[in-house]
Amino acid sequence: MAKMSKSPWVLHYDAASCNGCDIEVLACLTPVYDAERFGVINTGDPKHADIFLITGGINEQCKDVVKQLYDQMPNPKVVVAVGICACSGGVFKETYNILGGADQVVPVDVYVPGCAARPESIIDGIVKAIGILDEKKAALKEGRLDEYEAAHCKKKQQEVEA
Amino acid sequence: MTIFSWQFALGYLILAPFIGGFMTGLDRKISARMQGRVGPSLLQPFYDVSKLMQKETKIVNHLQQFMVSSFVIFVAFTGALFFFGGDLLLVFFSLTLAGIFYVLTASCANAPYSSLAAQRELLQMMAYEPMVLLAAIGFYLATGSFAVKDIAAADMSGIVMLPGFFLGFLFILAIKLRKSPFDLSTGQHAHQELVQGLNSDLSGFVMGLVEIAHWYENVFLFGVVGLFILNSHVWSIPVALVVCFLVYFLAILVDNVSARVKWKLLFTSAWIVTACTGVVNLLVVSLLHLAK
Ligand code: SF4
Repeated sequence: MAKMSKSPWVLHYDAASCNGCDIEVLACLTPVYDAERFGVINTGDPKHADIFLITGGINEQCKDVVKQLYDQMPNPKVVVAVGICACSGGVFKETYNILGGADQVVPVDVYVPGCAARPESIIDGIVKAIGILDEKKAALKEGRLDEYEAAHCKKKQQEVEA
Repeated sequence: MTIFSWQFALGYLILAPFIGGFMTGLDRKISARMQGRVGPSLLQPFYDVSKLMQKETKIVNHLQQFMVSSFVIFVAFTGALFFFGGDLLLVFFSLTLAGIFYVLTASCANAPYSSLAAQRELLQMMAYEPMVLLAAIGFYLATGSFAVKDIAAADMSGIVMLPGFFLGFLFILAIKLRKSPFDLSTGQHAHQELVQGLNSDLSGFVMGLVEIAHWYENVFLFGVVGLFILNSHVWSIPVALVVCFLVYFLAILVDNVSARVKWKLLFTSAWIVTACTGVVNLLVVSLLHLAK
């Protein structure tokens, strides 16, 4: 069987972004970058998606939507936060309605910094996500996906603290 | 000489998923080249289905599995019966039955997008069904038989007597292949107005099965296109293959240069085209028969 990483289907959700990052996400699919070369499809359906791209910070209104989309995606799945807003809240961090980055509601696997994140770095983030997807698939097969996610979260936290 | 036999039907059952998947890969590659992109590998559809099969399957309603399996089985049966050389009417009826199972797959999900897509799919069926039935009648008038075996063994290619039917069939082929401008209920291209249309609530293994069913269906549809060309001479086989390829290329071209139409336009245009091509051709052929 071919690896899952050969066909990463992406779900792109605009949380509370300024649209800067969204334009860059779409730029990845244009002839210049042509992410479809690697089998990437920008799907609109969470039930078909493998990678969840979130742009923009999370606010009170969209937090349930993000959670819902994440829950609807079948395992294994990977979450990528694109842009500094999705990573931490960015320039909007202190505003009254922003809760923070995407990791406030769903576990994030890859953080792509930048304001706006450049297509090169987004593709880089997706490539990282693809690697994690294969790891998660292996973990799922052995029935230790929860363990893997917990260990993964801990590692990321340590990185952030360091 | 006829190639339609049980061996051919068996070959279809085994090979059609590979040929169909390869055709889809070719479609994506050609589309990408038309848009100035490099495009995915030719094997990409196989990677996609293999991935879908490995993913978790979220079932919304357990009826879905039954409906999807029936869809796959009846599509495969349709094609097998066709390549066996069976009765064309039975072939088309079984294709419709398969289509109904697909509609039920979506409507039993009880979700807004799936339900809307199911209604649109029924509408599409209503739009193309007259032409499909007319094609069967046309073949009968031209060759005196409904059996695919006999039609393919006629002295003259069907298209000589049935050019109108051929054009009408090409038109509804765009609907059946779910290509722009007629990809109302679902399509292979992402970002539909209805999320993913009929496939919105399918995931994992079940979704993989649907893809395979589409591959079976596409190979069968091009079989019908080829039937217009085939006759008792051996050289008609390569000609039929070339015509199938040209028709596929035309469908991809139209797909890339047109936007999705509204359902009213789809419906009226399909019926008008059916009337102008199929019905007119039918009248001409009947008059010729009377004159004889
Ligand atoms: S990171 Fe910058 S470009 Fe991206 S959503 Fe935030 S403010 Fe906009």
